[in-house]
Order: sequence, then C-alpha cells, then structure tokens
Amino acid sequence: MLRYANPTLFLDLARRLIPAFAGLGALAIAVGLYLVFFVAPADYQQGETVKIMYVHVPAAWLGMACYSLMALSAVGTLVWRHPLADVSQKAAAPLGAAFTLLCLVTGSLWGKPMWGTWWVWDARLTSVLVLFLMYCGVMALWNAIEDPGRAGRAVAILTLVGSVNIPIVKFSVDWWNTLHQPASVFRMGGSTIDASMLWPLLIMAGGFTSAFVALHLAGMRNEILRRRVRTLGLLAAQREPEPAGAPALEHP
Amino acid sequence: MGASHTGFILASYLMAAAVFVGLTVRAVLEHRAQKAQLARLEQRGARRRSEAA
Repeated sequence: MLRYANPTLFLDLARRLIPAFAGLGALAIAVGLYLVFFVAPADYQQGETVKIMYVHVPAAWLGMACYSLMALSAVGTLVWRHPLADVSQKAAAPLGAAFTLLCLVTGSLWGKPMWGTWWVWDARLTSVLVLFLMYCGVMALWNAIEDPGRAGRAVAILTLVGSVNIPIVKFSVDWWNTLHQPASVFRMGGSTIDASMLWPLLIMAGGFTSAFVALHLAGMRNEILRRRVRTLGLLAAQREPEPAGAPALEHP
Repeated sequence: MGASHTGFILASYLMAAAVFVGLTVRAVLEHRAQKAQLARLEQRGARRRSEAA
C-alpha cells in the first residue's frame, strides 16, 4: 500500500489493472444481461418490471460504497496524509454521483408502474437524494479551491461530515415506515430473493463493481496527470523571462 | 402487466448504458488531453525536479 504512495508506481500499476477490471466488468455485465433477459423468471407480482432491479440495486450499492470509499480516503488525507488519498477522493466523487443518479432515476422508473408514483418523500428515497446532493457539494468544493492540497483537506472534512448519511440510507427502511421495501439481499437470516433472480443480480453487481474499479483507477490516473501538468505549468511560468519593458514588481 | 411496462425497463437499461458510456468517454478524453498537455510542456523543456535530477 505504502509502496504505491509513489504516483509513478501507481500509474504503472493502474496501466495494468484498468484493462483487466474493464474486461472483467464487461464480461460479467454481458453474462448478467444474458441471464436477466433469457434465464431469470418474471416476478409473480411485478412481472417483467422486476428486470429494473438488476440495474437499480447495483447502482444503489455502488452509490453507497463509493461514498464509503471517499470517507476512507478522507481519513487517509487527514490522518495519514497519504499522497493518493485525496486523488482517490476526487476521482470517486463524479462516479458516485453518476451511480446515485442512476439509482434515483431507475428507482423512479420502477416506482411509477409498481407504486403508481414517480417519487415519494419517504426516508429511503429522501436519504438517497441527500447522498446525491452530498456528491454534488463535494464536487463543487473541489472546483472552488484552486490548490489541490487545501481543497483535499476541506473536501475530506465535508466528506466525513456527510458520511453520517450512509447508515441512514442503509437502515432507513428499518428505522422508519417507508414505501420502499426493506433489505432483501444483505440481511440477518439470509436473502429473501430466489436463487434464480439472486445470481443474475450478484453477477450484474459484480460487473458494475469491476467497471467502477476500472473507472476509478482511470480517474485517479487522470488526476495525477492533471497535477503534473499544473506543477510543470507553474515551473515553466517561473522560468520564462519577463518581457522587455515590463514594469518591475515592487516588494514592500 | 409486462408488455405495458416495456418502456420503463428499456429506459432503465438505456440510462445505465448512457452512464457507463459517458463515464468511459469522459475518462478517455481527459486522459488524452492531459497526456497531450504534458507532452507540450515537456517539449518546452519543463521537467519535474525528480526527473531533472
């Protein structure tokens, strides 16, 4: 772990891992889609509409997992000052926002035919909306502060404050009376989903996660390059001679 | 029930595809842009201290 605190070593590792995770993700999603559309049965109550579950649930899991990853990275920034921790945080935020938005939109598309409404202000839906807004806030703060080091520390504090929402999202269906159904996969007493639907769901979730890892590594690689460009740009600006006739700077 | 909800299912999968394609294209374009900018700066003689040493 500490060995890869060196960005150059990390870039070398990312170069090898990105295609592996992207390929694995594409393969798992392809197998998952085959199982979803040609093998998994329709639900006895929801009919074919249950197929929305296979994209909605992995997106929801990734939306929460990504924020947990950001919170862990925030600890890395504030406590260990790991050089790649805030790089990880910055690269994860747009991915988390995208998957949380996907969760909200597919949830709405599932809710309309099943519940008769696109949206209700119940605890699960509202806390996921708050999660999406937290991602937007984190991205806005990154863009508001120019220096990456200062921005990283400010974002880390905001991320840790926002992490209180993650258990609220997870347990909202247990703590409050919600229209959203309670947990049916990761719960005490085992999954309530039949194996014929559970396996395609887990394979799709594995594919989404693998693709997420590839995208996160690619985002981290881009952020490292962006910081190198910034550093080299500043060095180049310092070295360039002042144009003739330029007014001299006055030092107090 | 099934046939009337095809549009909802299709829209969900199209949205998921759009998210993956969008994120991938963004990552690839950003990588190309940063690499090109880095190459331009290095061509102008800019070197990091670790490389210059």
